[in-house]
Amino acid sequence: MTMHAAFRVTLAILLFALSFAARAQLTIEITGAGANRIPVAIADFAGEPAIAKAIGSVVRGDLERSGLFRLVEAGAPLAETAAVNFGDWKARGADALVAGSVAATGGGRYEVRFRLHDVQKQVALGGMAYVMAPQQARTTGHRIADFVYEKLTGEPGIFSTRIAYVVKSAGRYELQVADADGMNAQTALASREPIISPSWSPDGARLAYVSFESKKPVVYVHSLTTGQRHVVANFKGSNSAPAWSPDGRKLAVVLTKDGGSQLYSVNADGSGVVRLASSSGIDTEPFFSPDGQFIHFTSDRGGSPQVYRISASGGDAQRVTFEGTYNVTPRLSPDGKSMAYVSRNGGRFQLTLMDLATRQNQILTDSDKDESPSFAPNGRMILYASEIGGRGVLAAVSSDGRVKQKLSVQAGDVREPAWGPFLKN
Amino acid sequence: MRKELIALLGVALLAGCATQSGPEQGGAGVEDRTPKAVGGAEVKPVTAGDAGGTALEAVKKGVLAQRSVYFDYDSFVIKDEFKPQVEAHGKFLVANPKVKMLIQGNADERGSREYNLALGQKRAEALKKMLMLLGAREDQVEAVSLGEEKPKNPGHDEAAWAENRRDDMLYSGEF
Repeated sequence: MTMHAAFRVTLAILLFALSFAARAQLTIEITGAGANRIPVAIADFAGEPAIAKAIGSVVRGDLERSGLFRLVEAGAPLAETAAVNFGDWKARGADALVAGSVAATGGGRYEVRFRLHDVQKQVALGGMAYVMAPQQARTTGHRIADFVYEKLTGEPGIFSTRIAYVVKSAGRYELQVADADGMNAQTALASREPIISPSWSPDGARLAYVSFESKKPVVYVHSLTTGQRHVVANFKGSNSAPAWSPDGRKLAVVLTKDGGSQLYSVNADGSGVVRLASSSGIDTEPFFSPDGQFIHFTSDRGGSPQVYRISASGGDAQRVTFEGTYNVTPRLSPDGKSMAYVSRNGGRFQLTLMDLATRQNQILTDSDKDESPSFAPNGRMILYASEIGGRGVLAAVSSDGRVKQKLSVQAGDVREPAWGPFLKN
Repeated sequence: MRKELIALLGVALLAGCATQSGPEQGGAGVEDRTPKAVGGAEVKPVTAGDAGGTALEAVKKGVLAQRSVYFDYDSFVIKDEFKPQVEAHGKFLVANPKVKMLIQGNADERGSREYNLALGQKRAEALKKMLMLLGAREDQVEAVSLGEEKPKNPGHDEAAWAENRRDDMLYSGEF
């Protein structure tokens, strides 16, 4: 492709992205919940009713969708400064209560305050205050939900994170980024050719992906803040399966420039290509361990596709999966203790979790076309692609297999999910 | 014979400029003569020069118009039934050293997208290897994979999968 043609394609993609931004809305429904959900009452915040209502519905929606909470009817608005009648809340069945307020501070800004109470122990567990513009109500709601989630479960909430995925509709492919609740979807890239394998940079500012817009797979890194992107790998043959190193400086990629699909490391700017492993078969789907020490990957070097691992600096491979004849797409949990992957069981492709210490496997779903698992940054949920009624949907399941969610768009197939990292405030 | 020579000459002449401004054409289904989905993102088809018509005729006639090679499940072996076809393309590449070819390997939809991309690559490389044994140059042929992303048959049964385990050969000006 000439520079001219390349420019034309780029321009077309940009125009395309603008015209179709936020076209498809992702909706989430819960299809399974935790065994012991914590009963929690989220009172309407006192003060500015419209904003209070918006925040309250975000907090309730987040907590309910997590599958770990049961919402208790809260009645009239309650400010964080009001005295709490614990006996009354206990009688309503709430173990925890959130009360708060919204007050205009001038200049179109609002101060949002809240306090979380432990009804059983009759103590306040803490609270926060935020100053925000009205359009930040959702963001504020997610932060409050994160606070409540962390105080009550002991692990960080993921309600302020984002997810990336690809929507295919009528021959068009859109790489979209949405809030973890499916709202606020924005199109980062739209193309007539496929887009696969999005991967978040550890700082959440960039996505690496594979685009087929030049009739072959090419790896790009795309800045979500500027919309600018650059080619990371466009060698002769195919370029695919980007995976960020935990320090965000390098990517593991699969190149075929030297024959066969093989693992390489490349700097995020596309320089410094180094071969990581050699096999006579297929090596693909690299994924760094959270400590950066190992790369897990799929290889058919033993005759059937299985998961192996090598040191991130290269060297001999050790086989990780042994059961069955098709085990692919390894993704390590954020604590590095378990590995989600897809196993084929009697012709069904199912999301499976391995405890890396004991090598015990647990099949987490009863669907049969699972693909592309991706851990939430707190390790609690695993997002993956599946199919319902011939249509591509996303689904999420908790790592104990209890909580289940389905995420779908109205018109189109949704696939290739990737859960983004925690954002540093 | 004379006609064919002229056609071949046309391709050779085109080769230089065709890579510069080839018509954008759907990667899947090169046998489909009416390119429908335009490549890239909303890009209008770029029209090749006047020589284009003549040149494209040569690789759209007879055995050279047969551009697809089909594979068995989990196999990368080029079956005997496709060998005459591959040999014809090999000869054509040898006779037209300026012509380049893009081989797009494909896989059926079952299983991991990235693993299927690698399977398609293995199929594309098997065909490339055979063309090189027939005398084509390394820099004349590029083997890439579309994995399961561009199925020729969108169905979900064995008949559809068999059509999608495939290599397609595209000549200069077609990719």
